[in-house]
Amino acid sequence: MTHDIRHLSRRGLLGGAALAGPAVLAGGGLAMAQGAPKPATLLNVSYDPTRELYKEINAAYAKFWKEKTGQTLTIQQSHGGSGKQARSVIDGLQADIVTLALAYDIDEIAQKAKLLPANWQSRLPQNSAPYTSTIVLLVRKGNPWKIRDWGDLVKPGIEVITPNPKTSGGARWNYLAAWAWALKQPGGSPAKAEAFIKELFQHVPILDTGARGSLTTFAQRGVGDVFLSWENEAFLSNEEFGPKFDIVYPSLSILAEPPVAVVDKIVDRRKTRTIAEGYLNFLYSPLAQDLTGKHHYRPRGAQAQAKYAGKFKKIPLVTIDDTFGGWTKAQKTHFADGGVFDRIYRP
Amino acid sequence: MAITLTWLSLIVLIPLAALVIKPWELGLDGVWRTLTDDRVVAAFRLSFGAAAIAAAADAVLGLIVAWAIVRYSFPGRRLLDALVDLPFALPTAVAGIALTAIYAPNGPLGALFAQVGIKTAYSPLGVVLALTFIGLPFVVRAVQPVLEEVDREVEEAARTLGATDYQRIVRVVLPAILPAILGGVGLAFARAVGEYGSVIFIAGNLPMVSEIAPLLIIIKLEQFDYAGAAAVGLGMLVISFVALLALNLVQTWLTRRSRG
Repeated sequence: MTHDIRHLSRRGLLGGAALAGPAVLAGGGLAMAQGAPKPATLLNVSYDPTRELYKEINAAYAKFWKEKTGQTLTIQQSHGGSGKQARSVIDGLQADIVTLALAYDIDEIAQKAKLLPANWQSRLPQNSAPYTSTIVLLVRKGNPWKIRDWGDLVKPGIEVITPNPKTSGGARWNYLAAWAWALKQPGGSPAKAEAFIKELFQHVPILDTGARGSLTTFAQRGVGDVFLSWENEAFLSNEEFGPKFDIVYPSLSILAEPPVAVVDKIVDRRKTRTIAEGYLNFLYSPLAQDLTGKHHYRPRGAQAQAKYAGKFKKIPLVTIDDTFGGWTKAQKTHFADGGVFDRIYRP
Repeated sequence: MAITLTWLSLIVLIPLAALVIKPWELGLDGVWRTLTDDRVVAAFRLSFGAAAIAAAADAVLGLIVAWAIVRYSFPGRRLLDALVDLPFALPTAVAGIALTAIYAPNGPLGALFAQVGIKTAYSPLGVVLALTFIGLPFVVRAVQPVLEEVDREVEEAARTLGATDYQRIVRVVLPAILPAILGGVGLAFARAVGEYGSVIFIAGNLPMVSEIAPLLIIIKLEQFDYAGAAAVGLGMLVISFVALLALNLVQTWLTRRSRG
């Protein structure tokens, strides 16, 4: 929706980071020398729906860091489609930290630009995902079409809104959740799952490039009966557009683990490793875990889980590893050129 | 001369050269396979077809607007003159969102069209509408100064010699401004082919149906397929170049004929 504007703001950030560069270097050096630490900056490159979450976490971490070390932190955040953000980092955006929608995008940064080691995901607990989410069905208030599960989406006349899996990380989770449901039905097989996906996408009249664009199409243009959505975005949409929608939990969905990582080459060059690693560990702290629950992500920590237990419905969730053999394989089978998603559009 | 060439190289030639070099990482057959993929072919057909239709529509609409501004004096003429440039100034994403809001099934115009069973937004027709919108100023601004220069006395002479209104326009005025119209159409077409921001919101983006070529480039980049993206870009560049060259040749020929 704000493609160009976001792009601009990221340029702005780039410029800001470049200007702040020398100050940061000096600050890091002094901090190590035990002097009065100079202010430092940190850039967190993230994806679309985490904007509000990280705004609060950044403030909390800056406060925590100031109390602990006396150093003033300015944490900048950049948001956009997950794949696009990964590409910016590969092309030189100086991200100390990446917090993206799927592991595949960070894998690409590791593989294409060698900015962090290939085993990055095992460096932090729980697959480096301090919070999780899932895919739910968002329907119009009162659920006029009585949609209860994935199977209802292919009933005659139903229109389904989802972004393009080729350009949107969220859309890939949508697609895989639908596939997993079809696969796990009695007598399910990959061939039957593909047939279901093909039928499902015949009910999709528009493929926006990102999740926010799709939400606009569904909420403001009034197109479609069901919107396949991140759970956190589904909660957000009712805050943003008023109570115009109902959330329907399908009988089975997918565990989305948006991972986080320190970008080694960049933090070493900018001497921000301690700050950056502290930031990621902070995400697992009770305080930050509570914030993730508040911003509609499913927390990992026991304390926050107990607090938000009533908010997030427990449903069976498959994972990318147990059902799809990991992201690299899923990407190749389903979303690469000539993959299943291309195939279902061939006449 | 040297300075001009250096600047031209820095700003235009070097980026274009990079685009021309990149695709060959795939090898000749790789580039060919990318460009002949039926999804790419469908996207090319839509992008160039819609751009051509939009540029043709702009020729007619732009001529009418330019004619009104130059030949008539009416209240609000200056305002209309200023409004023409707005599509230039508007960020294309804003134009796209505005057009989508109007032509969506629940928008004021979209609802009207939907009643008679015509789908505007989220269809190839929506693409043509968006491209017509962004291309209009090119034709108006190309035609306007030339139309102002057309000698009214020649028209008067034609009238005294007994020419009808139709004959005056078709035999006297139109030949004089046709090169300018073609120039404007060429610019509108070139802009429309590469347009992304305004189209992406209204197109619907369904593969094989309403997917424009620039979106395919984005999709390929999203898969970190830089060479494939450059191949599609190169394909667009070549087709655009041939189309613009042809248009230029016609324009030159017309200019010469009208002088000679």
